[in-house]
Amino acid sequence: MSQTDTTVGGVEAPPTRDRSRPYWTSRRRDQLTGYLFIAPQLLGSAVFVILPLILVVWYSLHEWNVLAGTFEFVGTENYANLADDTNLGSVLRATGLFSVGLVVFNLGLALLLAVLLNQKLRGTILFRTLFFSPVVVSLVAWTIVWGFLLQDNGGVNGLLDTIGVAGPNWLRGEGTAMFSVVVVQVFKNVGLNMVLFLAALQGVPAELYEAAEVDGASRLRQFWRITVPMISPTILLTSIITVVGSLQVFAQIAVLTQGGPGTSTTVLVYYLYQQAFQFHHFGYGATLSIVLFVIVLALTVLQWQMRKRWVHHES
Amino acid sequence: MRLGKAVRGVAATLAGVLALTACGGGDEAGDKGPASLRMTVWSANEAHLKLFDEIADEYRKTHPDVASITFDPLPFENYTTTLTTQIAGGNAPDLAWVFENSAPDFVASGALLPLDETLKKIEGYQYDDISPATLKLWQDGGKLYAYPFSTSPFGVFVNTDMLKKAGQKTPAELIAAGQWNWDTALTVAGATAGATGKAGLVIRDFDYKGWDNLSTLWTGWGAQAWSEDGRSCGFAAPEMVEAMTTLHKAIFTGKALPGPGTTADFFAGDAAMTVTQISRASLLKPDGFGWDLVPLPAGPKGSYSVVGQAGVGVMKKSRNADAAADFLAFLTNPTNSAKLAQFFPPPRQSQLTAETLGKSNPTLKPEQLQNVVIDGITNGVVKPSHAGQAELSQQVRAGLDPLWQADADVKAVLDGVCTKIQPLLAK
Repeated sequence: MSQTDTTVGGVEAPPTRDRSRPYWTSRRRDQLTGYLFIAPQLLGSAVFVILPLILVVWYSLHEWNVLAGTFEFVGTENYANLADDTNLGSVLRATGLFSVGLVVFNLGLALLLAVLLNQKLRGTILFRTLFFSPVVVSLVAWTIVWGFLLQDNGGVNGLLDTIGVAGPNWLRGEGTAMFSVVVVQVFKNVGLNMVLFLAALQGVPAELYEAAEVDGASRLRQFWRITVPMISPTILLTSIITVVGSLQVFAQIAVLTQGGPGTSTTVLVYYLYQQAFQFHHFGYGATLSIVLFVIVLALTVLQWQMRKRWVHHES
Repeated sequence: MRLGKAVRGVAATLAGVLALTACGGGDEAGDKGPASLRMTVWSANEAHLKLFDEIADEYRKTHPDVASITFDPLPFENYTTTLTTQIAGGNAPDLAWVFENSAPDFVASGALLPLDETLKKIEGYQYDDISPATLKLWQDGGKLYAYPFSTSPFGVFVNTDMLKKAGQKTPAELIAAGQWNWDTALTVAGATAGATGKAGLVIRDFDYKGWDNLSTLWTGWGAQAWSEDGRSCGFAAPEMVEAMTTLHKAIFTGKALPGPGTTADFFAGDAAMTVTQISRASLLKPDGFGWDLVPLPAGPKGSYSVVGQAGVGVMKKSRNADAAADFLAFLTNPTNSAKLAQFFPPPRQSQLTAETLGKSNPTLKPEQLQNVVIDGITNGVVKPSHAGQAELSQQVRAGLDPLWQADADVKAVLDGVCTKIQPLLAK
């Protein structure tokens, strides 16, 4: 067959497909295969992430009374109500306190455990297993058991009693309730960060320490000048995971304190649950979830930007 | 160009999903086949569900247009939240059990079908037999939106074995001596707790969160959470301060009630007395401890009773609303009401006799039924309820939290509660 003429009246016409060549070239097949591979993930993201996100924005522009079955467009009224919400300040404070407490305790303890368990000592495998096992336990079951332990007449105070210390009423005191929730969450997830740190520590070349040793650097100096810079990508990863996770805490609060005493442990996710599902203000609840989304996004972007300053290499 | 195609593909997928979602929501078209009814209930008790199923089976024998009737137990703690989530998700039940604390919201929202006409036109239903006092909470603008399915008075269950072991007078003895009041009740509770190491008196379901259960105490002082019209706060009133001061002392000085964060289950033998609804009698074990059921102790304002209510309503949005209303009429007719009376005290005056109730409540003595159940239903004050109760309830709980400390300033805390809730009440 001859090639089709592609000029009509001096203007180049779009090339027509050569009928002799099959449509399903190996390149097209590869592309299709690629799309088919990512299709389930794409569809899942579309249905369970993108669509709900669009709907939440849509709901936040409405006053939706589930019982009455009314769904009225109110524009930005719900956003304006954020400014008048007298509880929002204490809610954001509690959220910040929980996040800071969790990140500091969790990352600090995880790194400490990882460094200790990275030593060539007997029994380290047992301890690794012990610290990691809470990660695979059901969150609600873990929290319920801790709820019993932290009661006024519970296991923790019973233990303190044996050494002559009168423990506080952990979940009922304004100061101790948030601390208790943070500790319960730290013990639940510290094992995961510990394993990530451990893997990073084992990737640090031994000759760096040997060279530092020869130069007369102390162990502490070696830790700050070699270990921390070498595991900085993992510190970034764990801090992002922990910060984002801390902002989404719900089950622990719902089971242990229901936001109390007062509103001292009412964090943002619990507050939006109350507004939407308990007080039936679904529109305002959706608005609060947009606030949460913006906070998470901002913090993640901030951390990502900051990596340039303190992540020394990216493998 | 390839990217453009990919974006178009994603957009097409999203559009498809949206279209499917839209299709899924529009099931209000009346495709009238045999109806399948679903009723949400709070109880997962086997005996309760068995009786419901028996009544439903009997109904279906004469109603072939109803293919099935299922009773869907939802957890008690999150009952209303789960129900509203189902409604929001487009999965509303046909009939729903509604607690007294959410009654004003459900009744005023227009979510429920008016029932008067359906119930009145059923032959032999005897609508006028229903005690008007029990209907009040479920009416709006002269129409009835839910049937007062269970009107359960609060009483005091007593572990007589534990009191005797502690060398204390039993409430029955105190009643006989004309001394059954909150002072003696709390003294006995404190002394028993001290002697046995168990809990004295437990106000069940309060647990320093479910504050509306404290109305079983403060009503004896003539206090109330808010005024009759629901517009002014009652927590700062002198009678409430007095009642709460008594409670605070009983907890932190007399040790008559287990402190915050301490659990004690009366029915497991952990406490000497518990204030709860008589419908909880089913939790008593036949071969357990010796027990008694007595009315609430008298307060400074004399004797009183408090009732908890639950209604059953038909969701207006249900595709089978008419069939559901018809089934509700059957479920609550005089015959079935008598059967259900063994678990759920009925609102029917003709059935509120010690003799009738005794037939289906073999565990309770005639005088217990008369003193606690019948007198309670007839004269009882219903637990606090208000439109927007969930939000109010949360504010009161948070406001009362500082009270549950040994050194709390009762008056200041209660003033604080009113500061928090007055704007909500005034709405």
